[in-house]
Amino acid sequence: MSCELLEIHDLAVSYGEVEAVRGVNLSVRTGQVVAVVGESGSGKSTTAHAAIGLLPRGGHVVGGRITFAGRDLAGLSEKGWRSVRGTDIALIPQDPTVSLDPVRRVGEQVAEVLLIHRLATRRTAPGQAVELLARAGIADPAARARQYPHELSGGLRQRVLIAIALAGSPRLIIADEPTSALDVTVQREILDHLGGLAAEGTAILLITHDLGVAADRASRIVVMSEGLVVEEGPTRELLASPKVPYTQRLLAAAPSLTRTPSRPRREPGPDVLLEVSGLVKAFGDRTAVDDVSFTLTRGRTLALVGESGSGKTTTARMVVGLETPTAGTVTFDGHEVSRLAGERLRLLRRRFQLVYQNPYASLNPRFTIADVVAEPLRAFGIGTRVERRARAAELLDQVALPATVLDRKPAELSGGQRQRAAIARALALNPDLVVCDEPVSALDVSVQAQILELLVRLQDELGLTYLFITHDLAVVREIADQVGVMHEGRLVESGPADEILTNPVEPYTQRLLAAIPGGDAREAVR
Amino acid sequence: MPPVVRRLGHAVVVLWAAFTLSFVILYLLPGDAVLTKLGAAEAGVTSSPAEIAALRAEYGLDDPVLLHYGKRLLAALHGDFGTSVNTGDGATHMVLTALPPTLAVTGLALVLAVLFGGTVAVLGTYTRVRVLSRLLLALPPLGTSLPTFWVGLVLIQVFSFQLGLVPAIGATGFSSLVLPAITLALPNGAIVGQVLAKSLRTQLEQPYIEIVAAKGASRARVHFGHALRNAALPALTLVGVVTGNLLAGSVITETVFSRDGVGRVTTSAVTAQDVPVVQAVIVLAALFFVAVNLLVDLLYPLLDPRLARPREVSRV
Repeated sequence: MSCELLEIHDLAVSYGEVEAVRGVNLSVRTGQVVAVVGESGSGKSTTAHAAIGLLPRGGHVVGGRITFAGRDLAGLSEKGWRSVRGTDIALIPQDPTVSLDPVRRVGEQVAEVLLIHRLATRRTAPGQAVELLARAGIADPAARARQYPHELSGGLRQRVLIAIALAGSPRLIIADEPTSALDVTVQREILDHLGGLAAEGTAILLITHDLGVAADRASRIVVMSEGLVVEEGPTRELLASPKVPYTQRLLAAAPSLTRTPSRPRREPGPDVLLEVSGLVKAFGDRTAVDDVSFTLTRGRTLALVGESGSGKTTTARMVVGLETPTAGTVTFDGHEVSRLAGERLRLLRRRFQLVYQNPYASLNPRFTIADVVAEPLRAFGIGTRVERRARAAELLDQVALPATVLDRKPAELSGGQRQRAAIARALALNPDLVVCDEPVSALDVSVQAQILELLVRLQDELGLTYLFITHDLAVVREIADQVGVMHEGRLVESGPADEILTNPVEPYTQRLLAAIPGGDAREAVR
Repeated sequence: MPPVVRRLGHAVVVLWAAFTLSFVILYLLPGDAVLTKLGAAEAGVTSSPAEIAALRAEYGLDDPVLLHYGKRLLAALHGDFGTSVNTGDGATHMVLTALPPTLAVTGLALVLAVLFGGTVAVLGTYTRVRVLSRLLLALPPLGTSLPTFWVGLVLIQVFSFQLGLVPAIGATGFSSLVLPAITLALPNGAIVGQVLAKSLRTQLEQPYIEIVAAKGASRARVHFGHALRNAALPALTLVGVVTGNLLAGSVITETVFSRDGVGRVTTSAVTAQDVPVVQAVIVLAALFFVAVNLLVDLLYPLLDPRLARPREVSRV
């Protein structure tokens, strides 16, 4: 076997006084993919950035050694680091939509690496950049090279970033959550591409929160929690018999690995709460939603699944009357939502509420949690101040938040707690229907599992009906009774959850299912 | 409608609004230029009603309001804002002859402001010497809080009276431009510097900067090749605003430095309630402001491709 390429020994990193990472050991060999798995704040990203000398402001390596091909990196000067970055070690970032300079053509940005390291001249660099774009799997690379980042999709931008990483022929690529901002099918293509690079001999340090992704792609997994490596080993062994409780919990929580629904599926009842028929929404000459119809009976959960741009969110917005349909009707408990406006729509709104994707952005940062939760009551003039506060406390209890958070500001709460507060707010008016738009996709996996559990419990207790918008089929498997798969504005397939998940008819649904990471791990766990 | 045409349309509307508003305020509100003139001309001698009537007719004050407005607007479209009540010269002519010295000062001041502000912001964010960075970045807030007239007086005191380097007053030669231009440039350059420094710091925190660093780029390349170009966009918007400030500031500097120019013409016209001249100044100032902002708007797409080429995402 080849020798260790990157060796991190007893690494400690601090931000000011705060210790972010300590005693971390890990190594990557040539051609090997090593995954570092952990939740936010586990120190996985800090470890990765220390290895390329790009710690965020205030971060310092305070102990340990980082050696790359026998050379000590920790003691490098700024100039020394510059010769390492790009040519020995390259970085593929988390969010491709913000990782390219918006005012420069992508070809130029790839060529820049070549120019920095004098691997090409001003004359030859553009041509080589086009070749690199092609190697990163971009079709029509010459035309793409002349485009600006905003003209490319997220997946294409990530490929441009891969081309940038490849430009200096690095021996190690650090991929920091390279696909968490991408759709599953795109995620799969990008990960396949990285796997191909590893097969050609490039070592890859893959940072991810998704144990499923790690399981599929890495030969070794390093599990981090609270700045420490808690467990490490060959992928198969680690998944088959995780030793520490943290890894076991992570494994149990990973949605891509769970196999069972969290409650028995429910059959459709007689009481139709929501009926959507022939719904169309056009923005200019683009049709975002194209002839979508479905019915949802009381007490059930319908999941609308699709990738970005599939029209699922626009459909949900029309259901709750935030968007006017170009054609078609939305009927909620006998009232045609799409015909209502003004005060009558406002009054009907009491009965359907929304929970948004991003709990960091959907709560007014200047309100206290009590204000946030009681706001719908205030909007409808329900109760006195004291009564509203009492109701807020009761709602917080329902979502398992302590009453002590009543007077806190959203910024003082964790992501999971904020999403609980957002759910409490949605429940304030005793709605019949709750529309959840990607309610867990911004959260850590273990928190995701808790929020999904909470939603299921609330559905039982309060007889709620859910319209669930998500891109994540693993989440669907856990909570949906009924599934609608959306693709390019159309509802391409719909039916009972188990049928869609096990026997999809449409090729698109089959592709979506195949793209769920964690296939190997499911085998291993079994 | 192409954006350029729409912008031009906006510009015309703004100019019309400036004219109309100034007409309403100057001609319709109480305060009569004719009476002021007669009263000022000779406090002791009472003017005969006939004299007053003749003057009122001359200035069109006897016409019904809308007719008067229409006549004025039509004349203004031909560049005629009437004759000065004070001097009897054409108001437009007075303002236009006063324009070159003012433009010389504001033009130089604009260049200096961008240089001051730009240098302070770029060096302040680039240097790794903490003390220097703090010192430099403290300058813009200080600069914005200094009153222009005070800066002017201090500069005269130091550079003219004590060091004798440049003339204190007057409008002869380039050397007389220096002090008024610096006086105007300091507070406005400070605004540019404050905004540029802020947006540079914001840009340097963006994820794309990390990728540039991960390519092995030097600090200079990161700073000048990427961050500065992105940070320049909000600062450019400010240049339009600052240009307006500079013009307004010339009222003060021209008084302090006893220079001729639009500022002085404005001061004397306002003092004498010389309505046609005041209106000519207002409309010309609006024209200037609109032109500069139009230019800034048209420059934007050249610097920011997101505006020149609207989003049209191609799928994988």
